[in-house]
Amino acid sequence: MYRHTLVNHFLEHSALQHTHKTALVHSGQRLTYSDLDVMANKIANFLVKSGIERGDRIAVFMDNSIEAVVSVFGALKAGAAFMMINHTTKAEKLEYILNNSAAKLAFTQKIRSAIFKEIRCPNLGAIVSTGACLDESCHSFENIMSSGDARPLPARCIDMDLASIIYTSGSTGQPKGVMLSHHNMVSAAHSITTYLENREDDIIINMLPLSFDYGLYQILMAFRIGGTVILEKSFTYPYQIIDLMIKEKVTGLPGVPTIIALLLHLKDIDKVDFSSLRYITNTAAALPVTHINRLRELFPHVRLYSMYGLTECKRVSYLPPEELDNRPNSVGRGMPNEEVYIVNENGDKVGPGEIGELVIRGSNVMMGYWDMPEETGKCLRAGRYPGERVLYSGDLFKTDNEGYLYFIARKDDIIKCKGEKVSPREIENVLYSLHGILEAAVVGIPDEILGQAIKACVALDSGSNLTEKEIVHYCSQHLENYMLPKYVQIMPELPKTANGKIDKKDLAATAHSSGRL
Amino acid sequence: MSQMPEIRNFIVENFLYGQDDGFDDNVSLLEKGIIDSTGVLELVSFVEEKYGISVEDEELIPENFDSVVNLSAYITKKTSNGK
Repeated sequence: MYRHTLVNHFLEHSALQHTHKTALVHSGQRLTYSDLDVMANKIANFLVKSGIERGDRIAVFMDNSIEAVVSVFGALKAGAAFMMINHTTKAEKLEYILNNSAAKLAFTQKIRSAIFKEIRCPNLGAIVSTGACLDESCHSFENIMSSGDARPLPARCIDMDLASIIYTSGSTGQPKGVMLSHHNMVSAAHSITTYLENREDDIIINMLPLSFDYGLYQILMAFRIGGTVILEKSFTYPYQIIDLMIKEKVTGLPGVPTIIALLLHLKDIDKVDFSSLRYITNTAAALPVTHINRLRELFPHVRLYSMYGLTECKRVSYLPPEELDNRPNSVGRGMPNEEVYIVNENGDKVGPGEIGELVIRGSNVMMGYWDMPEETGKCLRAGRYPGERVLYSGDLFKTDNEGYLYFIARKDDIIKCKGEKVSPREIENVLYSLHGILEAAVVGIPDEILGQAIKACVALDSGSNLTEKEIVHYCSQHLENYMLPKYVQIMPELPKTANGKIDKKDLAATAHSSGRL
Repeated sequence: MSQMPEIRNFIVENFLYGQDDGFDDNVSLLEKGIIDSTGVLELVSFVEEKYGISVEDEELIPENFDSVVNLSAYITKKTSNGK
């Protein structure tokens, strides 16, 4: 086995060891490790020739596609840090991310390239797009593939270097760039593939966006073990996905509660032949126990992993499948090569049954938030040894007598919708920028399919005749699709606490699902 | 393809919140980010109720649902086949 120190080694070593093996299947195309390695080399040579230096940030504004995977590895091979950006991100936020990170170059696709005409990013020197190009400052992805230099480059990084920035919703409403070193990502991928017992004959289907770390890691981990990824854009056409899973003999299905709920709702799901499937993973939010039971009934041979994680350290814990019957509500224990514990408000470790904040210690813990020293200082604090920093998760947990973890609540009001973190403040900021909105509060309400559905409660200025639809339409021009409110309720005024603040607890408790669009 | 305006209207009302951005009737609704896994189920319910057809599992594929033109052709085929 080759030693992996850099994230790009996952691809490079597999290209040496499993040269002609299928690495990636997407839209009817099958690419071997060698194919992908050559394509990524062409990108890397192009980037170096374009003046990209070690540590420069490169944005990948693409949906799940072969080009996105090649761009990620091309950036890493050139010594740059990649940033996968959700393909439904709107102009303002894209501009914020590109400027906050001082990105030098962006990869995009023809269907979304026009957005770059709307934004001003002084550091952004070049754009590479698939399909026809915008103008002369835009390079053609296809041209690089057809005439690029495919020779491998010497490594420019060591494992302490920045490999990626993943932007995540912050409670302040401002997206935070989670900085991950090669060492962080290699460590996380190693720990996860260890407990999932991944093997080179694993065939993993991924329909989660690569801009979501859970989706991204499916590629990284599969390449690490020399497996195969079936890459899909989403679970929009479930029967097509199921046919593909059967045809490709998929062994691993990474899910979130929304995907599992949709799967279990399908007619004839009990007649589907999933005999090749070895494991299903679930993270982002807990699966309802009824869904766990139904999955076990339908697919008794499949190992089902309940997991919990944060972008700031990738993964925190997993429940060994054999423990699922004993403790269906637990998210398990720390993964291999990681320590987790719970502290009270004084920072002292607490015992079983006591509620406190979960702390994570391990080489998977991020380097910090990009250009946000204050935010970084709040969650990365002194650890066991001088200079060491551990991650304060902001999540309240308790353990049972055997040390298994149980999620209690978040310390802030972040909503988890379809498995992705959504900041109520970010949506409220958009609502307040709409003329006619007097007060706005966004809460999460329980939803069988989404986990939590986003509900916006607003009071209007007198004389305003905004409608619910107009409000969501305005949001859709400023927010990613997964952040759009499912419900909007226009109220005469929002309930207040004794201190005069908007009472979100009251809203969340009483609002439920009224105000449907 | 008489259903096209109705389909377009449903998509605009439900997924674009009443504001038609002039998207092409041939554009992939998935790639354009107009519908997702929960959106497509709303589209199925709409088609079943509006045109009195039953969408079979194996018919829920992009060839039938992923653009206004495809969906209209699918409905035409279904309704002319005696449902």
